[in-house]
Amino acid sequence: MRDKAWRLGPEHFGRLISVLAEQGYEVLGPQVDGPAVRWGPLTGPDELPQGIGAETSPGHYRLKQRSGPERFAWGPSPDSLKRWLHVPEECFVHAAQDNGAFHILPGEQPGAPPGGAAPPKFAFIGMRPCDLAALVRLDAVFLKGPYVEEHYSARRREAFLVVVNCTASLDTCFCASMECGPGARTGYDVALTEHTAEEPAAYLAEAGSARGVALIEAITAPRAEPGFIAECREACKQAAAVQRRRVDWRTAPAVMLRSFEHPRWEQTARRCLACGNCTLTCPTCFCVNTIEHTAIDGSTGGRSRVWDSCFTQNFTYIHGGSVRTSVKSRYRQWLGHKLAWWQQQFGTAGCTGCGRCIAWCPAGIDISEEFAALAGTAQGGTGA
Amino acid sequence: MTTHQSTPVSPVPASSGPMTPLPARLISVEKETHDTYTLTLEPPSAPGGELASRFRPGQFSMLYDYGVGELPISISGDPERPEQLVYTIRSVGPVTTSLVTRAPGDAIGVRGPFGTPWPMTEARGKSVLIVAGGIGLAPLRPAIYHILRHRGDYNRLVILYGARSPRDILFKKELSAWGLLPDTQSLITVDYGGVSWRGHVGVVTTLFKSIRAQPAETYALLCGPEVMMRFALRELQIRGLPKNQIFLSMERNMKCAAGFCGHCQLGPFFVCKDGPVFSCAAIEPWMDLYEA
Amino acid sequence: MNSIQVQSALAEHPFLAGLTESDISTLASLAFEVQFQEEQIIFRDGDPSSFFYLIQSGHVALEVRAPGHILRIQTIGDGEELGWSSFLASVNKQFQARCLEPVRAFAFDGAQIIARCEADPAFGFRVLRRVLSTVADRLRATRLQMLDVYATRGGGGL
Repeated sequence: MRDKAWRLGPEHFGRLISVLAEQGYEVLGPQVDGPAVRWGPLTGPDELPQGIGAETSPGHYRLKQRSGPERFAWGPSPDSLKRWLHVPEECFVHAAQDNGAFHILPGEQPGAPPGGAAPPKFAFIGMRPCDLAALVRLDAVFLKGPYVEEHYSARRREAFLVVVNCTASLDTCFCASMECGPGARTGYDVALTEHTAEEPAAYLAEAGSARGVALIEAITAPRAEPGFIAECREACKQAAAVQRRRVDWRTAPAVMLRSFEHPRWEQTARRCLACGNCTLTCPTCFCVNTIEHTAIDGSTGGRSRVWDSCFTQNFTYIHGGSVRTSVKSRYRQWLGHKLAWWQQQFGTAGCTGCGRCIAWCPAGIDISEEFAALAGTAQGGTGA
Repeated sequence: MTTHQSTPVSPVPASSGPMTPLPARLISVEKETHDTYTLTLEPPSAPGGELASRFRPGQFSMLYDYGVGELPISISGDPERPEQLVYTIRSVGPVTTSLVTRAPGDAIGVRGPFGTPWPMTEARGKSVLIVAGGIGLAPLRPAIYHILRHRGDYNRLVILYGARSPRDILFKKELSAWGLLPDTQSLITVDYGGVSWRGHVGVVTTLFKSIRAQPAETYALLCGPEVMMRFALRELQIRGLPKNQIFLSMERNMKCAAGFCGHCQLGPFFVCKDGPVFSCAAIEPWMDLYEA
Repeated sequence: MNSIQVQSALAEHPFLAGLTESDISTLASLAFEVQFQEEQIIFRDGDPSSFFYLIQSGHVALEVRAPGHILRIQTIGDGEELGWSSFLASVNKQFQARCLEPVRAFAFDGAQIIARCEADPAFGFRVLRRVLSTVADRLRATRLQMLDVYATRGGGGL
C-alpha cells in the first residue's frame, strides 16, 4: 500500500475528522490544554495546536510559539494513548454478597466505560510514531501472552489510528535510535507527514490498512506528487538527524547483566525521588494494582485495577517485606525492564525513545544518559 | 469509584475471562498447625468452573475473599481428584486470615489454575528428591500424590522437610506414612526443638547427607523460603545434581496471575506465567542478585 | 570387633572418606568402641573436652540448658562426628550431648589424637581439614538457622 500516497489539504483534514465521526468513531486528537498538549475529543482541525512547538530538557517541558503553520511540531505530549486504551482505573469485577457467598454481577461489556453499553470506538488523529510503537508494545503485553486482557482488547480492536510522522524532534527525543520513529513503520491505518513549506500546511497521507485506504478514498484527496513526497520524507529524515540522544538498546541485556551492581545505581538513587512520574508518562508502562471496593453495607463490591508504579515500596510486597526496598533497586528494575528484560519477554525493547520520562522527571534523570554510564559509553560533561 | 447496583440485571453476560473469580463453595476447613489450615472447596458451579480443579502439580490459583482481597495460593490437593479443590493456607495477614476463618458453605472466589508445573514428565524413570520448608510443602504435596499414584514411573522418592519447630510441621501424619512406603524416605527436621522432640534438629540442608539416591539420576523439587532454597540448590549442586534437574518454586507479589499487572517480575521473568516453577539453570543467576 | 573390623568400619565412615590406608590404621589404633543408651548424656557443657566420636549408628542431640527448659540446637547422626572441640585441648564442651536412641560410636582420646597430629603434621593436616569441614558445615547450618527463615517478619503477610 506504500505506493499509494495522497496529498491532504486543510479541507481534507476536516473531512477526515468528520468522516470518522460519521463512521461512529469517537475522534480524539491532541490539543493545547493549559501548559501542555493533551488528548481530547476533536471535532475539527481548528482544535488542533497550530504554530505550537515544545521545548524539553531533563526535568523541563514548555510549549512555545512557533512562526510556521505546523500543527504537529510539539513532539510527544505528556499523556499518551495508554490513558485511553489502558485506562488509569477500571472496574473488572462486580460482585454482590449473598449470605456468606457472593455472586458475580454482570458488568459492562469488556472495555466499556462505567455505565456504558459498549466499548468505545476511538479514532486517534495525530498520534506520534513513538505512541504507535508503544501500542505495539502494549499489544504484546495484553494480547499476545497466554491470556488476552479483554478490556484493552475490546478498545484496541476498534481503534482507528492516524499517526503523524514527526518532522520536528524535541531535545529529549531518541526514537531514531530505538527504531520507533520519527517515521512510523507499520501498525497504523493512515500515516500523515506534515509539509510545512506551505501555508496552511499540507499532508502526505499513506494508508497502512484497507480501512485506511477506504477513509482516504472517502475524503477524495488527490494523489501526491513525487516531489511533495520526497520533501515530506526528507523533513522526517531531518527530524531523525537532529536527535543527539541515543540508546544502543541491543546491548542492554548484556549491559544489565554486567552492571547489576554498578555504583551508578546508587548515585542515581540519591537523585531519584521514586515519585513514579516516569512510569505515569511512559507510554509502555503497564503495571497495575488491584483494589477491592465494597459498599458500606457490604452488599455489593468489586475489584478495580489502577495504574501502579514499580517505584512504590509495596509493589513487591510479599510476607515479611518488600523484595525491592531500596530506591536503587526500584530504579534499576524500571530501567532494566524498559531496555533489557522487555527484549527477553517480548522481543523488542520496552522503550520507544519518546523521552517523556526525561522531561517529566522532577530530578531530571535521563534514561539515555544513565544507560550510557552503565554501558561505559557516556560522553563527558553531561548531567550528574 | 464505580459502585454497582445489584438490582437491574443487564442482558450483558458477566465476563468469564481469566480475571473473573468464580464462586466456589467451601466444604471444609481443617486445622493443620497453629497457624495453617487446609481448605477444601467444590469446583465452581459456573460454566467453565470445572477447569479450576484440572491442575498440574505445582500450579496455583488466585483465591478471592469477597470484600477482603485476593491472593495467589498453591494447590495442595491431589491432581487426580478433580471433584475437589484443596488449598493449604498459612494465616499471616488480613486476606489469609479471612480465608481460613470462613465457614463451610461460604463461597470463595477461584481463578486459575495458573503457572508452570513441576517437571513430573521429565522426571519419569528418575528418583525424585523433594526439599520443602515451612508452608513450601503445600505446592509439593500434589507432586508427591502424583508420584505415589504412578509409583512405577519413578525410582526412589526422598522427601526432606524442614519446619521452624515441631508445632509447625505440616502434613505430619502423611509425612510419617510416606516414610513407611517402599523406596521412599521421608525425613523431617526442625530449626528449634524442645526435649519432647525426638527427631532431627537443624536446617533442612543438614538432611542432605541422608539422601539415598544417585545424584545424577535424581530430579530435585524445592519449595520454601528463598534463602533456604538458595542454600539448598548450592548444596545439591555440590552433591552432583545437574542444574537442569533442580527445580524450584518462586514467590513474588502477584495481582493478576495472567502477566498483566507486572508485579511478579524477576529480571526477564514473570513469576506468574514463566513460573512459579523454574529450573535452577534459568533462575539461579537471578536468585543470587540482591533486590532483583 | 577386632582391629581389622575396626579399620574397615573406619574406612567406610564418611568423616574419614579419602584418607590413606595408613591414616586409617593410625586412627584405628587409637579408636575404641563405645555404646550409649537412649537418653544417656555423652557429655555435658563444661566437661573437659576429652573425647572425639565418630558415630556409627543412632542420633545424638546437642542441647543448651537454660533455666526452665532445654533447647535442642542440632541433632547429629550416623556418619557424623561429635566433639570436635576435643582437638582444642584448652576448651571445655560447650553443649550437652544426649542420645535420642541407642548410639554406637568410635571414641578417640583427644590428647592422643593431638599427639599423633603433632608427631606427623601431614596426617594432622589431613585430619584437621576434615574437622574444619565439619565445623564449617555446622557454622553454615547455624547461620542459616539463625536467619529463622520460616518466621513471619516485619509487617506480616497479605
